[in-house]
Amino acid sequence: MSTIAVLGMPNTGKSTLFNRLTGSHAHIGNWPGLTVDLMQAELSLDGRLLQLVDLPGLYDLRGHSDDEVLVRRFLESTAVDLVLVVLNACQLDRQLRLALQVQALGLPALVVLNMADEARRFGVEIQTANLQRALGLPVVMLSAKYGRGIALLLQELRRTLPAPGDTPTAPSLSDLEAKLAAVDPQLEARQAELMAAAVQLPPQWRDRWTRRLDRVLLHPLLGLPLFFGAMALMFQLIYALGVPIQEGLAGVLDTIGQHLLRPLLTPLPLFLQGFLMEGLWQGLGTVAAFLPVIALFFLAMGVVEDSGYLSRAAYLMDAFMERLGLDGRSFVLALMGFGCNVPAILGTRVMRDRGLRLISMLIIPFSLCSARLNVFLFMAATFFGPRQGGLVIFGLYLISFLAAVLTALLFRGRFPTQEPLVLELPPYRLPTARQMVTRAWSEVKHFWFWSRRFIIWGVVAVWLLNNLPFGVEPASSLSLSGRLGALLEPVLDPIGISPHLSVALVFGFIAKEIVLGGLAVIYGQADPAALGRAIAADVSTLQALSFMLFTLLYTPCVSTVAVIRSESKQAGFTALSVGWSLLLAWVSCFVFFQGARLLGWS
Amino acid sequence: MRTARQLADLPKGATAVVASVSADASLCRRLEAMGLRPGQPVQVLRRGWWSGPLHVRVGMTELMLRRRDARCVVLAA
Repeated sequence: MSTIAVLGMPNTGKSTLFNRLTGSHAHIGNWPGLTVDLMQAELSLDGRLLQLVDLPGLYDLRGHSDDEVLVRRFLESTAVDLVLVVLNACQLDRQLRLALQVQALGLPALVVLNMADEARRFGVEIQTANLQRALGLPVVMLSAKYGRGIALLLQELRRTLPAPGDTPTAPSLSDLEAKLAAVDPQLEARQAELMAAAVQLPPQWRDRWTRRLDRVLLHPLLGLPLFFGAMALMFQLIYALGVPIQEGLAGVLDTIGQHLLRPLLTPLPLFLQGFLMEGLWQGLGTVAAFLPVIALFFLAMGVVEDSGYLSRAAYLMDAFMERLGLDGRSFVLALMGFGCNVPAILGTRVMRDRGLRLISMLIIPFSLCSARLNVFLFMAATFFGPRQGGLVIFGLYLISFLAAVLTALLFRGRFPTQEPLVLELPPYRLPTARQMVTRAWSEVKHFWFWSRRFIIWGVVAVWLLNNLPFGVEPASSLSLSGRLGALLEPVLDPIGISPHLSVALVFGFIAKEIVLGGLAVIYGQADPAALGRAIAADVSTLQALSFMLFTLLYTPCVSTVAVIRSESKQAGFTALSVGWSLLLAWVSCFVFFQGARLLGWS
Repeated sequence: MRTARQLADLPKGATAVVASVSADASLCRRLEAMGLRPGQPVQVLRRGWWSGPLHVRVGMTELMLRRRDARCVVLAA
């Protein structure tokens, strides 16, 4: 199989092209020698099997960010048959140097000028034939977003791919660095030469829409209120649409379980029956039911990001974030964390400075992710009316934000940073429906694969703890979970968390997705409404609020811990992150619970 | 003769030509990759409040950079 690496700067539509070429067959691949995962997909061209690898965006092959180092290590450890160098056709005045660097490495390369649609919109004229001749590499101009020119690219691929028999060799790292250093002094002049030979830039900037929108959206006074207003509206819309779908789906799954699976399972022993129905099926149902909200979230986040608004948010928030020892990118990542903390923590790779990365990783887990939201929506509906419930959820978002600010203020001295911040502000773009749906779909798929095993094992473990030792009354004080609850009582009783809720919290450490499923198992109620009544009969509103506060602030899930460990490469830092969130959760709940009791609320 | 100016001091709306970039190697490389190279005209589109970042345009690229980093970009007088 031939390997094709897709390489390019950020904001060149590299991933769009990758998706366009491979459809939805992309999957996460683990590469030998690299500790991180890369997106890859197989593609068949005239019966020849090709493997495409999407490398992370980079500015410079000699750069120092983690992503840039990663790309160098990839090129050194993998024998690639072809490098697809993706450039933004509008910005050849600074991006051609990347193609020159790849050429200097002696790797077989094909240059793709993407965003042909924007080049035309902005009046950039390119003679690809001239560029091809002057550069000495094949050049194809296309628009991945609108699918124009893809056939041309495939045709060029057929021509340029080395014969299947030729096995390429990977250059050694020292060789790689020597070649890049040698070409460095000529890059500037060569780039200017190529520009003169093949590109005419417009006499003046023609993007009037971006100018006009920026005047409003980046307004010193209006900018931030508009951004937060837009975010609030977006979250409202997601829940208004997603929650009914979620409830409907949960109902359907429950019906299938009761009327289809239960009769099928009746011949099995009672213990196994309970295990399969209350353990496994319920666990799976819980995750499946909230996939719609997650899909909507990623869809909306995708629109905000691809439209160019997200980088404006970084601009608007940077002055504030700088005073917290962070920067605009940390803000954007924390915002992404509201969907799922795991990709947000992976996203800190764009930061080169260690201190900045660590402190960003420390605040991201406080972002109220969709898994936690699921618990809060349920608890709020159980204990409060719709209006009050909305306020409680809003309050939790506020606390999530405050916890992040407090954490940054407390730890900025320990993780000082001098990281420069230089970010592109791309022109505003209208994302296409296809682009958004592909993206949301791949995120949901990723999430499903990622969380499934944790949730299944988690719910099964809760069920076993409740039903072991054999013959015990489920979830009674004699069961394993009852004993665990009693064990934790001295610590959790002062913050109002009952032994039943403690067990749910212990499993919430694995993943917040298990909390609801766990509660359903603990209280022996599958139907959400009946579960709500059972919980409301067992704990007070004040206890429920304390439980929500604790759920918000303590460790999000083992996946987050695992990814913090793998990205920080420090066990001590990982322990600090877990310890600090547990401490903050306990102290906040203690102050809240005991304070409310002192004020006479019970 | 006027003293060398820095990008950080360029008022909103003004255009000037980059004379040199004097920063550590990695920031230099990043700024150059973004298009801030000697001889390139650069325009300040807006300056963030509360000492916020600058929004500048260089060549066909618009970018934001902090004032501290903009001090490394020396402009031709």
